[in-house]
Amino acid sequence: MTIGSSVKRIEDPRLITGQGQYVGDIKLPGQCEAVIVRSPHAHANILQINTEKAKNLPGVCFVMTGEDLPTDLDPIPMRLAPNEALTKALQYPLAKGKVRYVGEPVALVIASSRYIAEDAADLIDIAYEPLTPITDVHKSILPETSLLHPEIGSNDLFIIHSKKGNVDELVEKCPYVLEEDLYVQRHSGIPMETRGLLATIEENGRLTVYGPTKVVHFNIQILAKLLKKNIKDIHFIETDVGGGFGPRGEFYPEDYLIPYAALKLGRPVKWIEDRLEHMKATNHSREQKHHVVVGFDETGKIHALKDEIFVDTGAYIRTHGVTVPVLTQGMFAGPYDFEALEFITHVVATNKTPTGTYRGPGRFEGTFVRERVIDMVAKKLNMDPTIVRERNLIQPEQMPYSNGISALGQVVEYDSGDYPQILERARLAMKWEEFADKKLQARRDGKIIGLGFAMFVEKSGLGPWEFCEVEFAENGRLICKTGLADIGQGVETALAQICAEQLGIPYSNVTVLHGDTDEIEKGNGSFATRGTVVGGSAAWYAAEALKQKLLSFSSELHGFTKDELDIKDEWIIQVSGGQKICPLAQIIVECQKQGIELREKYTFSIDHMSYPYGIHAAEVAVDSETGKVKIEKYYIAYDVGRAINPMLVHGQLVGGMAQGLGGAIYEELKYDETGQLITGSFMDYLLPSSMEVPEIDIEILENSPSPLNPLGVKGAGEGGTVAVAPAVANAIVNALDQYPIHITSLPIRPEQIRDAIKKGIVTNEVEPL
Amino acid sequence: MTQSNSKEITLTVNGKQYTTSVEPRMLLSDVLRDELGLTGTHVGCEHGICGACTITMDGRPVRSCLVFGVQANQAEIRTVEGLAEPDGSLHPLQEAFWEKHGLQCGFCTPGVLMSACHFLEQNPNPSREEIREGISGNLCRCTGYQNIVDAVEMAAEMLNKNKKSEEETSDLEIVHSGRKVEV
Repeated sequence: MTIGSSVKRIEDPRLITGQGQYVGDIKLPGQCEAVIVRSPHAHANILQINTEKAKNLPGVCFVMTGEDLPTDLDPIPMRLAPNEALTKALQYPLAKGKVRYVGEPVALVIASSRYIAEDAADLIDIAYEPLTPITDVHKSILPETSLLHPEIGSNDLFIIHSKKGNVDELVEKCPYVLEEDLYVQRHSGIPMETRGLLATIEENGRLTVYGPTKVVHFNIQILAKLLKKNIKDIHFIETDVGGGFGPRGEFYPEDYLIPYAALKLGRPVKWIEDRLEHMKATNHSREQKHHVVVGFDETGKIHALKDEIFVDTGAYIRTHGVTVPVLTQGMFAGPYDFEALEFITHVVATNKTPTGTYRGPGRFEGTFVRERVIDMVAKKLNMDPTIVRERNLIQPEQMPYSNGISALGQVVEYDSGDYPQILERARLAMKWEEFADKKLQARRDGKIIGLGFAMFVEKSGLGPWEFCEVEFAENGRLICKTGLADIGQGVETALAQICAEQLGIPYSNVTVLHGDTDEIEKGNGSFATRGTVVGGSAAWYAAEALKQKLLSFSSELHGFTKDELDIKDEWIIQVSGGQKICPLAQIIVECQKQGIELREKYTFSIDHMSYPYGIHAAEVAVDSETGKVKIEKYYIAYDVGRAINPMLVHGQLVGGMAQGLGGAIYEELKYDETGQLITGSFMDYLLPSSMEVPEIDIEILENSPSPLNPLGVKGAGEGGTVAVAPAVANAIVNALDQYPIHITSLPIRPEQIRDAIKKGIVTNEVEPL
Repeated sequence: MTQSNSKEITLTVNGKQYTTSVEPRMLLSDVLRDELGLTGTHVGCEHGICGACTITMDGRPVRSCLVFGVQANQAEIRTVEGLAEPDGSLHPLQEAFWEKHGLQCGFCTPGVLMSACHFLEQNPNPSREEIREGISGNLCRCTGYQNIVDAVEMAAEMLNKNKKSEEETSDLEIVHSGRKVEV
C-alpha cells in the first residue's frame, strides 16, 4: 500500500544538497536585470518624471514609465470571482498620472546588473503632488472623502449581502443579545523566497518565462492577452518555488513588465524582488472590521447572527476579485447550526497595498470572530464555552448540511462530518475536565494559565476540473504530468503515491512534471486546497486507465480474462490466489515493441467543494510582568477524509499553525496615518521563529471520507492556520478571567495583557472579599 | 561600476580555490551565487534577519548577505554544496532532514543546514530546547520548525554514532549512510 504511507519526499534530494533551481538561480547568457521604481507616497499625482540621467548611466539598457505603456493596454484582470462592477478599479502595470499606495510601480529600469539598475533607479527624478491619504475603511466611505476610482462612484467599491432566515425578527425574540466590534489585522503569506521572473526570447522568436507558478495555465492566457500575442508563442516554466501561501503566483504588474521588456530588448531580463519591496508590492491580506450582533438564549443556543463586515481591500482590485469577502461570508457559520444569518460586506478601497488570498482566506478572519463570539456568549451566561459549542453544533445526521450562504458560486454544503466527536476528542486530549483544578493550582504557584478552544470548518477541492496525463517512458519510469503547481507542499510525492498505488509500482519510479505549459496540456493549478482533491483524483483515474490497458494486454498475452488480473509489486498477478503471472516491466517492454502507446489522460471534474473540519486548542501561560504569552500545549484534530501521506499532512498542519500563530500574536502590516507601511522589514514584521512556535500535538482523523472524489480526500493545506487566533485568544481570556481583558482585535499585543493585569482583579468569584 | 573599481579576491569554497574580480560593494551572497555559480546559498531578505544565506566562513556561521565579497578574501568558506561527500553520500543532517520531513519548499533549508551543522559541532548532545535556540536565527515559513528540530536531533544521534565507530576503528573515515543522491 502506497497511499496512506508516510514515505519520504521525492522532491528532497535536490533541495537538501543545494541543487534546487529557484528562479533566482537561473542565469542566462546576456541577461540583464530589472529594478522597479516604486511610489514613496500613499496617494499623489505624478507631475513629472525625468529619466534622462538614469538612461545615460553606463550599463543601463532600458527605462520606461507609465507613459510608455502601450496606449491600448488593458489592466490586469481578475482571475477568481470576477465582477464587472470592479473592472474600473483594476491596476495597470505602471502608474499613470497618479499613485494610490506606497510601493506602486512607477518606472522600470533595466541594466547589465542589478547593482547598476539600482544606481540608475536612484537617478530617476519624479515630482509628486501629495494628496490626502485614506487609511481607514470608515473614513474612506464618508461622503467628503475623495474617490480613489471615480468611475465606480464610491470607495465602498462593492457590497455583498446574503442572508438565511430573518435575523432581526429572531434577535428581537432572544432573551440575550450581544453586540461586538472585532478586527483582524493586515498580514500576509510572506514566503521565504520573494517573487522573481526571468523572461527570454528564443531563437524562434518565442517568449519563455521562468518563474510563474500556482496558476501557470491561467496566467499565460492573461499575458498573451495583455501582450496581444498568440498563446502558442509563449512558454511558461515553473521553477522550484520557495513557498506559496496564496500571494505567490498571482499575476502582478511585474508579470507583464518583465516579459514586455524582454520582448523590447530582445535579450533575457531577470527581476528578483527585494524583500523590502516584497512587503509592500506583493498582495497583503486579512484586514477586516466586523460588527456582530448575536441573539441567544439561556441554554447557550445561538439563534441568529448578523455581521456587517468592512474589508480593507487596498488601492486596487487584484486577481482575486472579491474571493476573500465572499469566502468570509460563506464559511462564517463554521460547524454551527444557526437558524438565521445575515452578512453585509463592504469591499472598501484605501491607499494601501492591494490584497488577495492568504492561507485560509476568509476563514482565518471569520473563525476568529465567530469563535471569540462563542466564548463571549459563554462568559455572559457564565457557562463552559465547550458546552456552548456543543449545543450549537451541526449533528452528523444533518449531513450533508447546507449553511444557506453562497461562496465561489455555490451554496456551501458540508459533505460529511462528525463535529461533536471532534470536540469531545479535544476536550479529552487537553484534559479540560481537570483544567479548572490545574489552573487553581497554578495560581497558587503564582502562575497564570488558561485553556481555549476554537472549532472550524474548512473548504477544499475547488473545481471545476484538473488534468493529468500518465505515460510509461522507454526506461520504464512513469511520467505523470499534472496541471497542478509545486509550491513546496509536496505535490510530486503525493501524486507519485497515487499513481504508484494504482499501478503497483514503487512511488520512487514516478517522475512528476508540472508547471511547464509546453509539456502539460492544461491545468487549473494549486490553490484553495485543491491539489490532492482534484489533481489527485485526476491522477488516480488516469493511472487507472493505464492500468486497464496493461491488464487488457496481459490478459490477451497470457490467456486470462482481464478481471482475473491485477498489478502488485511490479508483477502482473492473478487476483485469486495472488499467483505471479509476469513482471510488469516485461509487459511494458512488450507493449512498446508492439507500438502500443502506454499513455492515458484524464480530466477530473467536480462541481462541489469538500469540507474538512477540525478543532484547535491552546494552553497558555501568561507572564504577569511582561504580558508575554507562552504556549504550553497546542493541539489540533483535523479530519481530512483520507491522508495520502500522513507525514505531509502533519507537516502542513504544523507549518500552517506557525503561520496562524504569526497572525494571532506577531505579524502586522501596519500603516501610519500618512499611509506609510511601518512594518516593511523583517525587523518590524515579526515572523515566528523556532523560539515562538511550540511543539504541536496533531491528530489526523480519517472518519469522514469525502463522498465527492474517488480517494475520499478533503485536503490539508489550510486547517492548521485558520483557528489559531481564537484558540490562543480564548486561552488568554480564560487565563485572565479575573482581570478586565476583552480581546477583540489581532494581533494580541503583550501590552494589552500587561495593562489588564496591572488594572487588577475585577471579579470576586475566586477570591472572596 | 567600472572595472577599475574591482578588486581581485581569492577564496576557498568547499575546498576549491577561486579567484575572481569583484566590486567592493558586492555582497558575498552575490559573489557566491553570481560569480561562482554556487546558487545553493539562497537570499531571502538581504537585511540579515532570515538566515537563508547562512554559510560558514573560517569555521563560523555568517549571513553572507551581511558580508562583502572583498571581506572574504583569503577566507575558507563552506556552503550547502559542500555538505555531502564528493561521491554524493549525504551528510547526516541532510539524511535526517529528508527522513524527518524537515523541509517543504526548501528555500530556507541550505541556511538552516549550515547553522545546524555549526551548532552540532559546538553542542553534540543538545536538548530540543537548545536545538530551537540553535536554529532560531533561521526563519522557515513552511514547516513550523517541529520537524527541523526532530531532524537535528536525529542528526546529532547519527553523528555521535559515527564518532563512536570512528573512535573504535581509528583508521576509518566517518561512516556515512552510503545513500547516493541522483540529481
